[in-house]
Amino acid sequence: MAELAVGKPYGEYRKGVQSGISIAIGYAPIALTFGLLAKTTGLSIGETALMSLLVFAGAAQYISLSLLSLGTGIFEIVLTTFIVNIRHFLMSTSLNEKWDDGRAANKVILSFGITDETFSVAAVREEKVTSGYMLGLISVSYASWVICSGLGHLIGASLPQTLQESMSVALYAMFVGLLVPSMRKSAKVVFLAALAACFNTIFTFTNTLSTGWAIVLATLLSAVIVEWIENVKNRHRGQGHE
Amino acid sequence: MSSHIVWMIIGMAAVTYIPRLLPFVLFKGKELPGFVQGILKNVPYATLGALIFPGILLINEDIWFGIIGAAAAFLAALLGANVIVVVLGSIAVLSVYSFLV
Repeated sequence: MAELAVGKPYGEYRKGVQSGISIAIGYAPIALTFGLLAKTTGLSIGETALMSLLVFAGAAQYISLSLLSLGTGIFEIVLTTFIVNIRHFLMSTSLNEKWDDGRAANKVILSFGITDETFSVAAVREEKVTSGYMLGLISVSYASWVICSGLGHLIGASLPQTLQESMSVALYAMFVGLLVPSMRKSAKVVFLAALAACFNTIFTFTNTLSTGWAIVLATLLSAVIVEWIENVKNRHRGQGHE
Repeated sequence: MSSHIVWMIIGMAAVTYIPRLLPFVLFKGKELPGFVQGILKNVPYATLGALIFPGILLINEDIWFGIIGAAAAFLAALLGANVIVVVLGSIAVLSVYSFLV
Protein backbone atom coordinates (compact mmCIF):
# COMPACT_ATOMS: atom_id res chain seq x y z
CA MET A 1 0.00 0.00 0.00
CA ALA A 2 2.91 2.31 0.72
CA GLU A 3 3.86 2.76 -2.92
CA LEU A 4 0.24 3.53 -3.77
CA ALA A 5 0.28 6.46 -1.41
CA VAL A 6 3.27 8.00 -3.17
CA GLY A 7 2.69 9.99 -6.34
CA LYS A 8 -0.98 10.31 -5.46
CA PRO A 9 -1.52 14.01 -6.25
CA TYR A 10 -1.97 13.48 -9.98
CA GLY A 11 -4.26 10.49 -9.43
CA GLU A 12 -6.30 12.51 -6.98
CA TYR A 13 -6.58 15.35 -9.47
CA ARG A 14 -7.88 12.95 -12.09
CA LYS A 15 -10.41 11.47 -9.71
CA GLY A 16 -11.58 14.99 -8.94
CA VAL A 17 -12.02 15.77 -12.62
CA GLN A 18 -14.01 12.55 -13.10
CA SER A 19 -16.32 13.38 -10.18
CA GLY A 20 -16.73 16.89 -11.56
CA ILE A 21 -18.07 15.81 -14.92
CA SER A 22 -21.66 15.43 -13.66
CA ILE A 23 -21.42 18.94 -12.24
CA ALA A 24 -20.07 20.29 -15.53
CA ILE A 25 -23.00 18.71 -17.40
CA GLY A 26 -25.45 20.14 -14.89
CA TYR A 27 -23.93 23.62 -14.99
CA ALA A 28 -23.95 23.88 -18.78
CA PRO A 29 -27.66 24.66 -19.35
CA ILE A 30 -27.84 26.93 -16.28
CA ALA A 31 -24.77 28.91 -17.32
CA LEU A 32 -25.93 29.18 -20.95
CA THR A 33 -29.23 30.61 -19.75
CA PHE A 34 -27.40 32.92 -17.37
CA GLY A 35 -25.35 34.29 -20.27
CA LEU A 36 -28.47 34.80 -22.33
CA LEU A 37 -30.33 36.54 -19.49
CA ALA A 38 -27.31 38.72 -18.73
CA LYS A 39 -27.35 39.87 -22.35
CA THR A 40 -31.05 40.74 -22.23
CA THR A 41 -30.46 42.56 -18.92
CA GLY A 42 -27.91 44.73 -20.71
CA LEU A 43 -24.61 43.35 -19.42
CA SER A 44 -21.74 43.22 -21.88
CA ILE A 45 -20.01 39.91 -22.58
CA GLY A 46 -17.03 41.11 -20.54
CA GLU A 47 -19.22 41.87 -17.52
CA THR A 48 -21.04 38.56 -17.87
CA ALA A 49 -17.81 36.57 -18.02
CA LEU A 50 -16.30 38.61 -15.20
CA MET A 51 -19.25 37.86 -12.93
CA SER A 52 -19.02 34.12 -13.59
CA LEU A 53 -15.24 34.24 -13.17
CA LEU A 54 -15.25 36.10 -9.86
CA VAL A 55 -18.52 35.13 -8.18
CA PHE A 56 -19.09 31.52 -9.31
CA ALA A 57 -22.46 31.15 -7.58
CA GLY A 58 -25.46 30.33 -9.74
CA ALA A 59 -28.43 31.37 -7.63
CA ALA A 60 -26.87 34.68 -6.55
CA GLN A 61 -25.91 35.57 -10.13
CA TYR A 62 -29.45 34.94 -11.35
CA ILE A 63 -30.92 37.02 -8.55
CA SER A 64 -28.52 39.89 -9.27
CA LEU A 65 -29.83 40.03 -12.85
CA SER A 66 -33.45 40.26 -11.81
CA LEU A 67 -32.58 42.90 -9.21
CA LEU A 68 -30.61 44.90 -11.81
CA SER A 69 -33.55 44.88 -14.18
CA LEU A 70 -35.74 46.15 -11.34
CA GLY A 71 -33.32 49.04 -10.87
CA THR A 72 -32.14 47.90 -7.42
CA GLY A 73 -29.08 49.61 -5.98
CA ILE A 74 -25.67 47.95 -5.83
CA PHE A 75 -25.53 47.79 -2.05
CA GLU A 76 -28.81 45.90 -1.88
CA ILE A 77 -27.66 43.47 -4.57
CA VAL A 78 -24.42 42.77 -2.73
CA LEU A 79 -26.29 42.30 0.55
CA THR A 80 -28.74 39.88 -1.09
CA THR A 81 -25.81 37.95 -2.55
CA PHE A 82 -24.31 37.66 0.92
CA ILE A 83 -27.54 36.31 2.38
CA VAL A 84 -28.07 33.83 -0.47
CA ASN A 85 -24.50 32.54 -0.16
CA ILE A 86 -24.14 32.40 3.61
CA ARG A 87 -25.00 28.69 3.45
CA HIS A 88 -21.51 28.06 2.10
CA PHE A 89 -20.18 28.90 5.57
CA LEU A 90 -21.86 25.80 6.90
CA MET A 91 -20.60 23.70 3.99
CA SER A 92 -16.99 24.87 4.38
CA THR A 93 -17.12 24.21 8.13
CA SER A 94 -18.30 20.67 7.46
CA LEU A 95 -15.80 20.04 4.68
CA ASN A 96 -12.90 21.37 6.78
CA GLU A 97 -13.32 18.32 9.02
CA LYS A 98 -12.58 15.80 6.29
CA TRP A 99 -10.15 17.75 4.13
CA ASP A 100 -6.55 17.21 5.17
CA ASP A 101 -3.88 19.60 4.02
CA GLY A 102 -1.09 20.99 6.10
CA ARG A 103 -0.55 23.87 3.70
CA ALA A 104 -3.20 26.40 4.60
CA ALA A 105 -2.74 28.29 1.33
CA ASN A 106 -4.27 25.40 -0.64
CA LYS A 107 -7.52 25.58 1.29
CA VAL A 108 -7.55 29.38 1.13
CA ILE A 109 -7.37 29.30 -2.67
CA LEU A 110 -9.58 26.29 -3.31
CA SER A 111 -12.33 27.44 -0.94
CA PHE A 112 -13.24 29.91 -3.71
CA GLY A 113 -14.70 26.95 -5.61
CA ILE A 114 -17.04 25.62 -2.95
CA THR A 115 -20.55 25.53 -4.32
CA ASP A 116 -23.59 23.42 -3.38
CA GLU A 117 -22.48 20.94 -6.01
CA THR A 118 -18.72 20.72 -5.43
CA PHE A 119 -19.38 20.52 -1.69
CA SER A 120 -21.93 17.71 -2.06
CA VAL A 121 -19.67 15.62 -4.27
CA ALA A 122 -16.65 16.05 -1.99
CA ALA A 123 -18.57 15.61 1.25
CA VAL A 124 -20.08 12.20 0.38
CA ARG A 125 -16.75 10.86 -0.84
CA GLU A 126 -15.78 7.75 1.12
CA GLU A 127 -12.10 8.56 1.34
CA LYS A 128 -10.63 11.70 2.88
CA VAL A 129 -10.72 14.78 0.67
CA THR A 130 -7.38 16.04 -0.64
CA SER A 131 -6.41 19.32 -2.28
CA GLY A 132 -5.56 17.52 -5.54
CA TYR A 133 -9.05 16.05 -5.62
CA MET A 134 -10.65 19.43 -4.89
CA LEU A 135 -8.57 21.09 -7.61
CA GLY A 136 -9.78 18.57 -10.19
CA LEU A 137 -13.38 18.75 -9.04
CA ILE A 138 -13.47 22.54 -8.98
CA SER A 139 -11.53 23.20 -12.18
CA VAL A 140 -13.85 21.15 -14.39
CA SER A 141 -16.98 22.65 -12.76
CA TYR A 142 -15.60 26.19 -12.90
CA ALA A 143 -14.55 25.81 -16.55
CA SER A 144 -18.04 24.66 -17.51
CA TRP A 145 -19.63 27.54 -15.59
CA VAL A 146 -17.43 30.30 -17.03
CA ILE A 147 -17.25 29.03 -20.62
CA CYS A 148 -20.97 28.32 -20.88
CA SER A 149 -21.84 31.74 -19.39
CA GLY A 150 -19.76 33.40 -22.10
CA LEU A 151 -21.20 31.13 -24.80
CA GLY A 152 -24.76 31.90 -23.71
CA HIS A 153 -24.08 35.62 -24.15
CA LEU A 154 -22.18 35.12 -27.40
CA ILE A 155 -24.69 32.86 -29.09
CA GLY A 156 -27.61 34.71 -27.58
CA ALA A 157 -29.64 31.55 -27.30
CA SER A 158 -29.89 28.63 -24.97
CA LEU A 159 -30.34 24.98 -25.85
CA PRO A 160 -33.43 23.81 -27.75
CA GLN A 161 -36.50 24.16 -25.52
CA THR A 162 -37.11 20.44 -24.87
CA LEU A 163 -33.46 19.67 -24.14
CA GLN A 164 -33.21 22.73 -21.91
CA GLU A 165 -36.26 21.58 -19.95
CA SER A 166 -35.02 18.01 -19.60
CA MET A 167 -31.57 19.17 -18.56
CA SER A 168 -32.98 21.30 -15.76
CA VAL A 169 -33.22 18.07 -13.75
CA ALA A 170 -29.47 17.37 -14.08
CA LEU A 171 -28.17 18.85 -10.82
CA TYR A 172 -31.07 17.49 -8.81
CA ALA A 173 -30.51 14.05 -10.30
CA MET A 174 -26.86 14.37 -9.33
CA PHE A 175 -27.82 15.18 -5.73
CA VAL A 176 -30.06 12.09 -5.71
CA GLY A 177 -27.25 10.00 -7.17
CA LEU A 178 -24.92 11.22 -4.41
CA LEU A 179 -27.41 10.69 -1.59
CA VAL A 180 -28.96 7.30 -2.33
CA PRO A 181 -25.83 5.10 -1.93
CA SER A 182 -25.36 6.48 1.62
CA MET A 183 -29.07 6.07 2.35
CA ARG A 184 -28.82 2.39 1.53
CA LYS A 185 -26.04 1.97 4.06
CA SER A 186 -27.42 3.95 6.96
CA ALA A 187 -30.87 4.71 8.37
CA LYS A 188 -29.40 7.84 9.95
CA VAL A 189 -28.74 9.28 6.49
CA VAL A 190 -32.35 8.62 5.51
CA PHE A 191 -33.61 10.51 8.57
CA LEU A 192 -31.17 13.39 8.04
CA ALA A 193 -32.18 13.91 4.42
CA ALA A 194 -35.91 13.39 4.96
CA LEU A 195 -36.06 15.75 7.93
CA ALA A 196 -34.12 18.51 6.15
CA ALA A 197 -36.30 18.04 3.05
CA CYS A 198 -39.45 18.43 5.16
CA PHE A 199 -38.17 21.54 6.93
CA ASN A 200 -37.04 23.16 3.69
CA THR A 201 -40.36 22.35 1.98
CA ILE A 202 -42.28 23.90 4.87
CA PHE A 203 -40.08 27.03 4.91
CA THR A 204 -40.37 27.39 1.13
CA PHE A 205 -44.11 26.97 0.79
CA THR A 206 -44.99 29.08 3.81
CA ASN A 207 -42.62 31.77 2.52
CA THR A 208 -41.19 32.21 6.01
CA LEU A 209 -37.56 32.51 4.93
CA SER A 210 -35.54 33.45 1.87
CA THR A 211 -34.04 30.49 -0.03
CA GLY A 212 -30.57 31.02 1.42
CA TRP A 213 -31.70 30.97 5.03
CA ALA A 214 -34.25 28.20 4.45
CA ILE A 215 -31.51 25.78 3.36
CA VAL A 216 -29.20 26.79 6.22
CA LEU A 217 -31.88 26.45 8.87
CA ALA A 218 -33.37 23.22 7.48
CA THR A 219 -29.89 21.66 7.34
CA LEU A 220 -28.88 22.77 10.82
CA LEU A 221 -32.17 21.75 12.46
CA SER A 222 -32.03 18.31 10.90
CA ALA A 223 -28.33 17.78 11.69
CA VAL A 224 -28.74 18.88 15.31
CA ILE A 225 -31.99 16.98 15.99
CA VAL A 226 -30.68 13.71 14.55
CA GLU A 227 -27.37 14.04 16.42
CA TRP A 228 -29.18 14.81 19.66
CA ILE A 229 -31.51 11.82 19.28
CA GLU A 230 -28.56 9.55 18.55
CA ASN A 231 -26.72 10.83 21.61
CA VAL A 232 -29.71 10.21 23.87
CA LYS A 233 -30.13 6.71 22.42
CA ASN A 234 -26.44 5.91 22.88
CA ARG A 235 -26.48 7.14 26.45
CA HIS A 236 -29.42 4.84 27.23
CA ARG A 237 -27.77 1.89 25.59
CA GLY A 238 -24.25 2.63 26.70
CA GLN A 239 -24.92 3.29 30.40
CA GLY A 240 -22.31 1.52 32.50
CA HIS A 241 -20.29 0.52 29.46
CA GLU A 242 -18.10 3.59 29.45
CA MET B 1 -17.46 47.79 -19.04
CA SER B 2 -19.43 50.16 -16.90
CA SER B 3 -17.67 50.84 -13.64
CA HIS B 4 -20.70 50.52 -11.40
CA ILE B 5 -21.40 47.00 -12.71
CA VAL B 6 -17.76 46.09 -12.14
CA TRP B 7 -17.96 47.37 -8.56
CA MET B 8 -21.13 45.38 -8.04
CA ILE B 9 -19.37 42.25 -9.30
CA ILE B 10 -16.39 42.86 -7.02
CA GLY B 11 -18.74 43.33 -4.07
CA MET B 12 -20.65 40.16 -4.92
CA ALA B 13 -17.37 38.27 -5.30
CA ALA B 14 -16.15 39.41 -1.88
CA VAL B 15 -19.32 38.53 0.04
CA THR B 16 -19.48 35.14 -1.71
CA TYR B 17 -15.83 34.25 -1.10
CA ILE B 18 -15.72 35.25 2.57
CA PRO B 19 -18.28 32.69 3.88
CA ARG B 20 -16.60 30.01 1.74
CA LEU B 21 -13.15 30.84 3.12
CA LEU B 22 -13.77 31.80 6.74
CA PRO B 23 -14.30 28.33 8.28
CA PHE B 24 -10.95 27.10 6.96
CA VAL B 25 -9.20 30.01 8.69
CA LEU B 26 -11.32 30.10 11.87
CA PHE B 27 -11.21 26.38 12.64
CA LYS B 28 -7.72 25.66 11.37
CA GLY B 29 -6.02 23.08 13.54
CA LYS B 30 -8.79 23.29 16.14
CA GLU B 31 -10.42 20.24 17.59
CA LEU B 32 -14.13 21.00 17.82
CA PRO B 33 -16.24 19.43 20.59
CA GLY B 34 -17.48 15.91 19.79
CA PHE B 35 -21.12 16.92 19.57
CA VAL B 36 -20.31 19.69 17.07
CA GLN B 37 -18.18 17.28 15.02
CA GLY B 38 -21.13 14.90 14.95
CA ILE B 39 -23.40 17.66 13.65
CA LEU B 40 -20.88 18.66 10.98
CA LYS B 41 -20.70 15.04 9.80
CA ASN B 42 -24.49 15.10 9.43
CA VAL B 43 -24.49 18.33 7.43
CA PRO B 44 -23.76 16.83 3.97
CA TYR B 45 -26.73 14.45 4.05
CA ALA B 46 -29.09 17.05 5.51
CA THR B 47 -27.90 19.55 2.88
CA LEU B 48 -28.61 17.09 0.10
CA GLY B 49 -32.15 16.54 1.40
CA ALA B 50 -32.75 20.31 1.49
CA LEU B 51 -31.16 20.85 -1.92
CA ILE B 52 -33.35 18.19 -3.55
CA PHE B 53 -36.69 19.11 -1.97
CA PRO B 54 -38.72 21.04 -2.79
CA GLY B 55 -36.48 22.31 -5.64
CA ILE B 56 -36.80 19.25 -7.85
CA LEU B 57 -40.61 19.55 -7.85
CA LEU B 58 -40.42 23.13 -9.09
CA ILE B 59 -38.18 22.75 -12.16
CA ASN B 60 -41.16 23.03 -14.47
CA GLU B 61 -44.68 24.44 -14.30
CA ASP B 62 -45.81 20.88 -14.94
CA ILE B 63 -45.18 19.32 -11.52
CA TRP B 64 -45.11 15.82 -13.08
CA PHE B 65 -41.87 16.85 -14.73
CA GLY B 66 -40.17 17.05 -11.34
CA ILE B 67 -41.92 13.97 -9.95
CA ILE B 68 -40.95 11.80 -12.92
CA GLY B 69 -37.41 13.19 -12.92
CA ALA B 70 -37.05 12.50 -9.20
CA ALA B 71 -38.50 8.99 -9.54
CA ALA B 72 -36.16 8.17 -12.43
CA ALA B 73 -33.14 9.43 -10.51
CA PHE B 74 -34.08 7.54 -7.32
CA LEU B 75 -34.74 4.34 -9.23
CA ALA B 76 -31.47 4.51 -11.16
CA ALA B 77 -29.54 5.29 -7.97
CA LEU B 78 -31.24 2.48 -6.05
CA LEU B 79 -30.24 0.05 -8.79
CA GLY B 80 -26.68 1.09 -8.05
CA ALA B 81 -26.05 3.27 -11.09
CA ASN B 82 -23.07 5.61 -11.14
CA VAL B 83 -23.86 9.31 -10.54
CA ILE B 84 -23.28 10.24 -14.16
CA VAL B 85 -25.61 7.47 -15.32
CA VAL B 86 -28.25 8.74 -12.89
CA VAL B 87 -27.90 12.25 -14.36
CA LEU B 88 -27.98 11.18 -18.01
CA GLY B 89 -30.74 8.65 -17.32
CA SER B 90 -33.10 11.21 -15.79
CA ILE B 91 -32.41 13.65 -18.62
CA ALA B 92 -33.26 10.88 -21.11
CA VAL B 93 -36.46 9.91 -19.29
CA LEU B 94 -37.61 13.54 -19.19
CA SER B 95 -36.75 14.03 -22.87
CA VAL B 96 -39.04 11.12 -23.70
CA TYR B 97 -41.73 12.51 -21.39
CA SER B 98 -41.62 16.01 -22.90
CA PHE B 99 -41.69 14.43 -26.36
CA LEU B 100 -44.84 12.49 -25.48
CA VAL B 101 -46.69 15.32 -23.72
